[in-house]
Amino acid sequence: MAKKRKPKLAVWKFSSCDGCQLSLLDCEDELLAVAGAVDIANFPEASRAVAKGPYDISLVEGSITTPHEAERIHQVRRQSKLLITIGACATAGGIQALKNFKDVKDFISAVYASPEYIETLAKSTPIADHVFVDFELRGCPINKYQLVEVLNAFLNGRKPNTPAYSVCMECKRRGNICVMVAHGTACLGPVVHAGCGAICPSYNRGCYGCFGPKETPNTSSLAEWWKQLGVSEEDIVRGFRGFNAYADAFRKESELHEV
Amino acid sequence: MKSNRSIKVDYLARVEGEGSLTVKMKGGEVTDVKFKIFEPPRFFEAFLRGRKFSEAPDITSRICGICPIAYQMSSVHAMESIFGVKLDGQLRELRRLFYCGEWIESHVLHVYMLHAPDFLGYQDAIQLAKDYPEVVQKALRLKKIGNDIVTLIGGREIHPINVKVGGFYKAPTKKELTSLLNNLEWAKDVALETVKFTATLPFPEFEQDYEFVSLRHPDEYPFNEGRLVSNKGLDIPVREYENHFVEEHVEHSNALHSVLKNRGNYFVGPLARFALNFDRLTPLCQQAAREAGLGESCYNPFKGIIIRSIETLYAIEEAIRIINKYEMPDSPSVPLEIKAGTGHGCTEAPRGILYHRYTLDEKGNILNAKIVPPTSQNQKTIENDLREYVKRNINLPNDKLTWQCEQTIRNYDPCISCATHFLKLNIVQDEFVE
Ligand code: SF4
Ligand code: SF4
Ligand code: SF4
Repeated sequence: MAKKRKPKLAVWKFSSCDGCQLSLLDCEDELLAVAGAVDIANFPEASRAVAKGPYDISLVEGSITTPHEAERIHQVRRQSKLLITIGACATAGGIQALKNFKDVKDFISAVYASPEYIETLAKSTPIADHVFVDFELRGCPINKYQLVEVLNAFLNGRKPNTPAYSVCMECKRRGNICVMVAHGTACLGPVVHAGCGAICPSYNRGCYGCFGPKETPNTSSLAEWWKQLGVSEEDIVRGFRGFNAYADAFRKESELHEV
Repeated sequence: MKSNRSIKVDYLARVEGEGSLTVKMKGGEVTDVKFKIFEPPRFFEAFLRGRKFSEAPDITSRICGICPIAYQMSSVHAMESIFGVKLDGQLRELRRLFYCGEWIESHVLHVYMLHAPDFLGYQDAIQLAKDYPEVVQKALRLKKIGNDIVTLIGGREIHPINVKVGGFYKAPTKKELTSLLNNLEWAKDVALETVKFTATLPFPEFEQDYEFVSLRHPDEYPFNEGRLVSNKGLDIPVREYENHFVEEHVEHSNALHSVLKNRGNYFVGPLARFALNFDRLTPLCQQAAREAGLGESCYNPFKGIIIRSIETLYAIEEAIRIINKYEMPDSPSVPLEIKAGTGHGCTEAPRGILYHRYTLDEKGNILNAKIVPPTSQNQKTIENDLREYVKRNINLPNDKLTWQCEQTIRNYDPCISCATHFLKLNIVQDEFVE
């Protein structure tokens, strides 16, 4: 009897730090099980071997920052049945989207001696601005258990269980003392997508938003709250302009506080 | 054999980031070697301008997902040098322990998952696991022990959140740390086995007269502090880095190469640290090195895999030592007095020295930043290795030579996404090769 073909998994990299795809190799307890359930067809960070597409699942890390990347993402989409973006770079443009608020020419000449060699787009954009994306997994980096959950869900034809509520919910559930109420520390938790398990408040610091905006975030109410804690307009801008600076809700709120 | 040959690897696998390799030969001579980086620039130095000093450890960690702690450590040390703060006691030890975690995790990843498959002829660790399941399972557990240290101190293994200029946001309790000890004892044995295992791999005969550069500390194997020294006479404090090292534009490549002024290329990373700090290793590590057939220094870059294993053993022993002596500090950080100035930081990332320089205004906002990661510093040496290696092995068939060239690059465990924010780029994927 013919054995059922294993689904082919591919991992692609655009402008990024490799941290999100590394999350897969950091699943020490699950890695061999994952490798047993799928056929890892393309994963350059881990393997020399490359199998031809089409691929059943493509994980895409990184944002689009060069003309070449803007073309390459279409090739990836064409070869992929399901395309899942992983991380803040891929879902919101990442930390490199900070250049979107400035003139990119100034950026190039600030870093490179011969700007003519640099081929870069004016903006760093998320993958969904370019092609249809089946599912977005947030975080900078993503949470590895969520990644395993997402793979598991798609391999079994169900919807992934990755809640869209805020970090505050996870924080409360963990029994943390609220750093904002108790210490007056600015925290983005109320408007940030859950997924990390509220790590920062558990370590006595405010959330800096690495999982990006939650669904329908009330950013203006939070900004008002921060002001009452004595946070300057400048710092509010910096607060919303972090690893998810170009996510719509954060971008708009930051622009409101620009002086 | 054809007199005109070329070796081309369009997308270099099992390194972090995107690079390619082109070697051209004519009539038995190597005419051109290019180890290129086509990773897009992400402009970290540019957008660090205007950010707060306190954001540097969170932001710069995102340059590289494999060694985020190195970025965090170099940045906090640079900032602290501006404010005139020096951590001591348990906080200093805690930073060392944190670095142990990163070394273990990163070295084990490289040794077993990225590099050992080369020597044994496998495409990757997952294929290796089919024939050697126990080896790979042990390796994964070993790697996880490094990650456990990082997660406990830092909150998570990639881009930890607990590093702060002046210390940490929260210090772990003694009990939390001692819970790691059992696993670390197990890890010590496995690391020792790893040294023995890597020593048996088939190494090409290949030695070069390198200038090794690393930190050197009066009584420790270097992580966070020390003077910058070399085996050819360099001996300077970190703040003088830019008086001695420059980035040069070389004709055959469109990438900037970091060189020592008036001297040329140099080598950073495990081989360099080992050669310059053998006397700072523990007796067990020294003995393991001798039994592995290494002297007090090693000039064969392929044997970097043995030295990574020895450094893994060192990091495990050091972690055990620190945890045994640990007492929770009264406060997780020291107070800071913010002021304007320029500061320098250099620490030993798993791949070699990582230099940061920042200038702050009186409010603590960053006016400018410069970051020189290990891969940028090794790039010229990598190309030299390739040129020499191909020259000496010109009679190998193309596929074999190609694989060994890739391996020559993987010896350095290069982090290409780190290298790009200061290298000039040239997109070469579609370059025409005759
Ligand atoms: S989202 Fe963060 S962790 Fe993931 S690739 Fe981008 S910078 Fe790295
Ligand atoms: S500490 Fe932050 S995440 Fe936790 S409850 Fe308070 S505001 Fe929400
Ligand atoms: S608390 Fe916020 S900043 Fe911290 S890890 Fe979670 S999402 Fe990221």
